[in-house]
Amino acid sequence: MEPVIIKKTKTVKSSIKTTKKRMLSSDQLLAIGFLLPSILLIAVFVYGFISWTGYVSLSNWNSLVPDFSFAGLKNYVFLFSDFRFQADLRNTVVFTVLFIGTIIIFGQFLAVLLDQKIRAESLFRNIFFFPMALSFVVTGVVWQWLLNPSTGVNLFLSKIGLESMWYTDTNILAGFKWGKIEFGVPVAITAVVIAAVWQMTGFAVAMYLAGLRGIPDEVREAARMDGATEFQIYRKVIIPLLRPITVSVVIIMAHISLKIFDLIYAMTGPGANFVTDVPGVYMFEATFRGNYYANGAAIAVIMLVSVAVFIVPYLIFSRRKAES
Amino acid sequence: MAIRTLTKPLLYFLLIGLSLLFLMPVYVMLVTSLKPLDQVTLSEMWKLPGTIDVSSYVTAFERLAPNLMNSFYLVIPATLLSALLGSLNGYVLSKWRFKGSDTLFTLILFGMFIPYQSILIPLIQFLREIGLYNTIPGLIFVHVVYGIPITTLMFRNFYASIPDEMIESAKIDGAGFLRIFRHIMIPLSITGFVVVAIWQFTNIWNEFLFAVTITTSDQQPIMVALQNLSGSQIVQWNVQMAGALLAALPTLLVYIFLGKFFVKGLLAGSVKG
Amino acid sequence: MKKSIWVSIVLIFSLVLSACSSSSSSGDGGDKKGSDKLEIFSWWTGAGEEDGLKALIKLFEDKYPDVPIENAAVAGGAGTNAKAVLASRMQGNDPPATFQVHGGAELNEGWVAADKMETLNDLYEKEGWNDKFPKDLIDLVSKDGNIYSVPVNIHRGNVLWYNKKIFEENGLEAPTTFEAFFEAAEKLKAKGITPLALGDKEPWTATHLFETVLLGKLGAEDYSKLWTGGLSFDDAKVKDAVETYKKMLGYINEDHSSRNWQDASQLVAKGEAAMNVMGDWAKGYFVNDLKLKVNEDFGYVPTPETEGQFMVITDTFGLPKGVNNADDVKKFLAVLGSVEGQDAFNPLKGSIPARIDADVTKYDQYGKDTIEDFKEAKLAASLAHGSAASEGFLTKVNQAVNIFVTQKDANQFVDSLKSAATELK
Repeated sequence: MEPVIIKKTKTVKSSIKTTKKRMLSSDQLLAIGFLLPSILLIAVFVYGFISWTGYVSLSNWNSLVPDFSFAGLKNYVFLFSDFRFQADLRNTVVFTVLFIGTIIIFGQFLAVLLDQKIRAESLFRNIFFFPMALSFVVTGVVWQWLLNPSTGVNLFLSKIGLESMWYTDTNILAGFKWGKIEFGVPVAITAVVIAAVWQMTGFAVAMYLAGLRGIPDEVREAARMDGATEFQIYRKVIIPLLRPITVSVVIIMAHISLKIFDLIYAMTGPGANFVTDVPGVYMFEATFRGNYYANGAAIAVIMLVSVAVFIVPYLIFSRRKAES
Repeated sequence: MAIRTLTKPLLYFLLIGLSLLFLMPVYVMLVTSLKPLDQVTLSEMWKLPGTIDVSSYVTAFERLAPNLMNSFYLVIPATLLSALLGSLNGYVLSKWRFKGSDTLFTLILFGMFIPYQSILIPLIQFLREIGLYNTIPGLIFVHVVYGIPITTLMFRNFYASIPDEMIESAKIDGAGFLRIFRHIMIPLSITGFVVVAIWQFTNIWNEFLFAVTITTSDQQPIMVALQNLSGSQIVQWNVQMAGALLAALPTLLVYIFLGKFFVKGLLAGSVKG
Repeated sequence: MKKSIWVSIVLIFSLVLSACSSSSSSGDGGDKKGSDKLEIFSWWTGAGEEDGLKALIKLFEDKYPDVPIENAAVAGGAGTNAKAVLASRMQGNDPPATFQVHGGAELNEGWVAADKMETLNDLYEKEGWNDKFPKDLIDLVSKDGNIYSVPVNIHRGNVLWYNKKIFEENGLEAPTTFEAFFEAAEKLKAKGITPLALGDKEPWTATHLFETVLLGKLGAEDYSKLWTGGLSFDDAKVKDAVETYKKMLGYINEDHSSRNWQDASQLVAKGEAAMNVMGDWAKGYFVNDLKLKVNEDFGYVPTPETEGQFMVITDTFGLPKGVNNADDVKKFLAVLGSVEGQDAFNPLKGSIPARIDADVTKYDQYGKDTIEDFKEAKLAASLAHGSAASEGFLTKVNQAVNIFVTQKDANQFVDSLKSAATELK
């Protein structure tokens, strides 16, 4: 726009506010009117339904026939003493840590590689990004075969004596007794982590690459002038500058990881001794296969709380930042 | 500005090696899907097919075609509607802010992070009440509603880059809420629409939880049908791989041809105030 | 201006709604109640079973050409998907005209207890069925003296399938006792052959194996007492069964948890494993899908120590409350329960007729043998297939079995069975 208009705007602005107040506010009302349906939908379908789920989780509805009589915390007490749910909690923690850890390291590594002004960069980028366009179900179907103990990569690995039972392995590494279960790293989870990493690494690469591109050359130049080696520049200057991106990646991946369902449902199911079970799968099976609606609702509420622990501070923080 | 300690050949070696690792599943999918069933043995799964056999694609297509169509009937209206709704919301929340609008926006945003399990039981009861359970329109409705947060976010961020001065000057020229939207915002946000549409298209196409709980058999979208393919009689790996490729094809094509916009959407989805 | 706000709101809503309703006539969820189509709800989508269902429908259409019929079969998950859909439709008071349900608890503790089914006493009376089905079987579809569904077929659960070639090569006899089973298993293991194939990716298969051990160790009478509280799960005999089951699990294939039941049967078919325990739908899989010959490639005996006992799985169809074409449904049920209907369906499905007067010549050798056994044997309701106890109990047993297969902690297993038993009435 021509500067004249902008100037004009600024000078007239104050007078508009007084003289045309009526018209402006009615436009403002119209704007709110357009927003209203969405607000109502979100209010009902997100907040209303969450409350309803919370209500169901406190009821006795654990059969085909709805029964909304008050059960107190019975369903929660049951879950936390349930072998399967305890295993789910363990698996979720292990999966989330391994998944996010790998994604961050691997994503940064790939992004740095791609940032080296290489030939055919877009080709490589596309190769690392494309799994993100796939469904978790497709990923699950394919990796189920690749990591099947009697097929897939094992045919190679067996030649060098590195055969793995993958997702059928029932061993728990570094295990110790915790509640009813053995807490540790279920070997089978690593198979699911591999598939999930394959699918989601592209996201981290894209984020980091955008971050790297956003760092002005002067920063590197300055570091170089100070005599830093390229490796030091990355370690001491670039990587710390990427920290806010890491926070975003962690948050986004954590919420995906905490509610993961389709990948595991399509790839392994709950697994022997529930070594690959997660709350998402348990909720689905309890509710829609076993008709334990109240138990399912309780699992859903616990999932929601675990996600909210990450998301709510993040949302509040982003808002504060945007305001300042 | 390359890392000099990492010599170029080593760099390319790493990149090519990792690329092959990333492409390995695709190779296996392709190779397997092109083999006749009797060649799909465990010991030969890595080998190229002796003869190219497309019969597994024929079988997979026959089995999945109705569901493929369901997915299109679902994805296209759902994408358009949620993009439209998102652009309106984004417009209001970026250019017609009012007291509390930022809080409201944050509250809306929360909806995109919730595990959908936490609204599933009431949602199904509700859909059954209004007679939309087990229908594609029901699924469209669900995706439009739960697409509001992400599309609103994307458009709001997009519109934030359109200078307020343009709006102000248009107001002075007497343009109202709708005229500004139609004549200024929409023409300027074609890219935004493409990004959001691609994002929603991919997400809804790939979505599984709603699809598997809200629809049954002949109303099911492709992903549920694909999952059921593996639950049927003999595990015909060639048919399954062909099915997986067919199911992935639309989003893959979108990615291949419009990948730039896809990545944009991805970055836009990561909440930046 | 105020007006335009409301106009636009209405506009947006109508846009959403019109988009939704424009194609809703194609959906079959909401508008079912009004239509008079006879909707047959089942999970029969596999090779032989689908043919059987179609033959049955054709027979009905020939008799009643003016009643429109719809095959509403739900694929996937060996019936679990269909059951979930059914549950959701029944809760929404949108029942199909008639639906597949296993006789026993699944019917009685499920739908009958929820007051969703009509009694069929008059139909049985009218068709003269009361002495055409075995009494034990009628009991299985009755609650408090009222009959609620019509059985169409019988599957046997306690069958041990074995690879004939392997058994001949090793000079083994098909085991009929647990002792013989373990002897054979030991020999096979020494030869490097997996003695027992299991595919418990879906946990019911492991429960299926367990219930045949229970039946073998307890006998039909004590076995059925388990579900009524007449026998406790910490009874010495149950513990013995658990120990035996545990011992059997020592002979299974290592990758059991990545296989489903078909994959496990395949191991036997290919000679990688010698035996497996599965219901006789496995025969259909061996013959139709894997092209093997009965008594040539594979053989069958009742699972150890269950000779003369019959773990029965029966598919039945009933009349839900609140359908408006109840008379048409009864016509269909009449065809389904007729000799003609049963003989149209069962040879294709690979099951045996539920009636005792069906035409034996229509069945293969396995069918003929089983029809004979069925007449004589004591019937026991299958737990793994929902006949013995409620879905809720079964869910918990499946969970406990899944843990036991890995952990092999007999005491813990018995404890979980006992605490699950509180679900039983």
